[in-house]
Amino acid sequence: MKKANLSSLQLYRCFACGYCKFTSDFVDYNCPSYKRFRFETYFTGGRLWLMYAWLNGEISWSENLANIIYTCTTCKNCVEHCPMGFNQDIVNWITSVRGEVIERGLAPPNIRDFLENIRKHGNPWGKPKDGREAWTKNVSVRKFKPADDYLLYVGCLASYDNRAQEIAKSLVEILNDTDISFGILGNEENCDGNEVFMLGEKGLYQLLAEQNIKKFKELNVKRIITLSPHSYNIMRNEYPKLGGTFEVLHYTQLLHDLIKSGKIKLSKTEVKVTYHDPCFLGRYNWIYETPREILRSIPGLELLEMRRNRGNSFCCGGGSGNFIMDLLGGSEDSPNRVRVREAYETGAKVLAVACPGCMVMFESALKDEEMEEKLVVRDISEIIRDSCRK
Amino acid sequence: MSGIYEALAKIVGEKYVSNRMEEKYFYSRDQGLTEPCKPDYIVLPKTVDEVQAIVKLACKEKIPIVVRGAGLALTGLVRPLKGGIVLDLKRMDKILEVNEKSRYAIIEAGVTTGKLKAYLEHYHPSLRFSIPDAPPSATVAGNVVIHGQGRLTQQYGFNSDMVCGLEVVLPCGDVCRIGSCSISPYWFSKGPPLPDLSGLFLGWFGTTGIITKIGIKLYPNKKIRDVEIFVTDDENLVPDIIARITYTEIVEDVNVWTQPYPLIYRGIHHITAYVTGDSEEEIEFKKKMVIDSVRDYIKRKEGGFIFLTPDIKPVLLEMPQSSLTRFADVKRGGGFQYAGPIIPIEKYPEAYRRMVEVAEKYKTTWAIASRVIGRGHCMMFGFSFPFSRIDPSDMERVKKALHECDLIALELGGVPWKAEIPAQQEILKRMDQNTRKLIGQIKKLLDPYGIMNPGNWEVD
Repeated sequence: MKKANLSSLQLYRCFACGYCKFTSDFVDYNCPSYKRFRFETYFTGGRLWLMYAWLNGEISWSENLANIIYTCTTCKNCVEHCPMGFNQDIVNWITSVRGEVIERGLAPPNIRDFLENIRKHGNPWGKPKDGREAWTKNVSVRKFKPADDYLLYVGCLASYDNRAQEIAKSLVEILNDTDISFGILGNEENCDGNEVFMLGEKGLYQLLAEQNIKKFKELNVKRIITLSPHSYNIMRNEYPKLGGTFEVLHYTQLLHDLIKSGKIKLSKTEVKVTYHDPCFLGRYNWIYETPREILRSIPGLELLEMRRNRGNSFCCGGGSGNFIMDLLGGSEDSPNRVRVREAYETGAKVLAVACPGCMVMFESALKDEEMEEKLVVRDISEIIRDSCRK
Repeated sequence: MSGIYEALAKIVGEKYVSNRMEEKYFYSRDQGLTEPCKPDYIVLPKTVDEVQAIVKLACKEKIPIVVRGAGLALTGLVRPLKGGIVLDLKRMDKILEVNEKSRYAIIEAGVTTGKLKAYLEHYHPSLRFSIPDAPPSATVAGNVVIHGQGRLTQQYGFNSDMVCGLEVVLPCGDVCRIGSCSISPYWFSKGPPLPDLSGLFLGWFGTTGIITKIGIKLYPNKKIRDVEIFVTDDENLVPDIIARITYTEIVEDVNVWTQPYPLIYRGIHHITAYVTGDSEEEIEFKKKMVIDSVRDYIKRKEGGFIFLTPDIKPVLLEMPQSSLTRFADVKRGGGFQYAGPIIPIEKYPEAYRRMVEVAEKYKTTWAIASRVIGRGHCMMFGFSFPFSRIDPSDMERVKKALHECDLIALELGGVPWKAEIPAQQEILKRMDQNTRKLIGQIKKLLDPYGIMNPGNWEVD
């Protein structure tokens, strides 16, 4: 994979005007790391200026600089709201500088461990590879066969995290009640590489992507359903550059089609729900209405919008591996805590998500905010599964 | 200064104070061309009590304090010229009250223009304030303290004229209310009928105290805005065209702009007149009034209104106008700065000719974006130069060009706006000596230790 030429990174073009801090209507700061830390060094403009200063030797490497660089969740709020002509390059600039940090052997221990675990074990915790399919115990799901309609790519979080596993289980339950044939890779599944890509380890990303592409091709995979928008993003937008061209669907897209075609019947569920747009489904792939249409198709469900929604959605703080490292945690201004408070203010009883990363972040926030009695976080697959059961 | 960090951390909490290299680097500069000056500490207070405690500490230890909003003046006014503490007030961002009947808002000093705009649109859609065309990250307090202008400036004067009360932490640490709020719960006036003390703090760049709350006047927010552009290739006609349009007393905002590129704009002066109304009839009537006001020029074929395509109108009607910020990327170099002197309107033609000469002398491109102030009493003549941050010679040329523009403005009887240090010195040099002396006396009285943004408005 072609390594970014640092001299071609035009970081100096950023004026640090601050549009990138906001939503499009300026209602609040929408850059998660700026909202959390509030020093000017923590919004995209400040970060780019510091990266440029570091590359030019004006400032030296430090723990604080590392924190500034890695607390960017690559949520793309800046890309969405920067008025400049270079806005589409911003994430690439950030990941390229992160790549340089790695090249120079300066990655902080938590980043290094995250990447090293993925390299060795195929998951960021360093858990055994053969534990990847442990969630399937007592679940009726089988391995993918070449004749299957879809490969269900589960991803690291839904394979290993107890709460996220529930998302995988509910989706499998729903799909088992349809005529769709699908299978999983089980212990043969490997990390998708999205977080590795965002953390700038382009070499490791390439290795993972090529391994995955090879396996998918060997198994004659044509169509992939992903649980995570992160997997969806990398497989849909980056794998083709390495020869991995598959039809990739986020599971909400499949559920949407199944509901529309009448293959899933939903029963009345009277509940107030607000939906959080995950960055990798929304700002990265412009899928805003599909999840909402699914929720609205449930009779009795009232969908309430948070003020910040769609392209203005406020990131949960989990991107770029932060759903594990949580560099933005530890404060009432942590994005996940801000967001659950915002969800509660809508009057909703359920915060609906469509991403295992968001699920993990918000579950943690509810505990920190002592809001577990007030609001529950449910994945759309769980909401649909329960509506089907009724 | 041992123990200062700990003392500051005790006041605001450790996570909101920094003496780290990265914060020192960023807070030592703004987006303009002035040389960086590193602070010793950067502090992010949340409350007035915290600001008071910091000021008392600084007073005791004789440490300079420089207040920063978004740092978007571009003229280096928030650089800590003598080190010390930079106070970033943006955590103080509560909108405390909106009085719909008396039409004002009371806000903390860190509230951004973007946030106030969004708040009013959502909760008080019939009201608006004079939003500047600075990016939405600019703070309302920062804008008025430099006598900024905005969308209602043509009607109501400088944005600082729209202040209706202040809360200030004085350099001794006392909190002081300015205006009607000093004797009443209502913030309807910054001075009258009392002695108007607001002048001790507006335009002083934080050298006399720290504004922590501000009352800002609100105005009717009509349902519809529209825009017309009158063009002429004769700069000598611009002052009279402005006079005629503002004579109608029905326009919201009047801007004058021209630029050499794209070539279609070269030599053409665009007088942009905005109108507002609650119905199409009102808008059409006002537009007709504007057109009638300059009909003579149209008949003589000395100018005319241009057809605005559907794609251009949203650009012009956007608030703030992000296209102005995009000027920083003209050279793909991330920088621009402008000389924005306040000049008599009749000086527009000469200012235009002479500043274009300056641009040619320094071989740099430019753009003019000017705004009429107070029904045609004066105008902010914004003469902008883009520059590339990676081209030191370009930066140096633009720096020299800006200084020459300041000198031209002074020569024409104007006054540099938000003047950087060399321009401040040029102003003070020309100022009536008793006025200069008074400035010095006021500063000495309020800030005997010279800790408030030292280096600015230095009389001695």
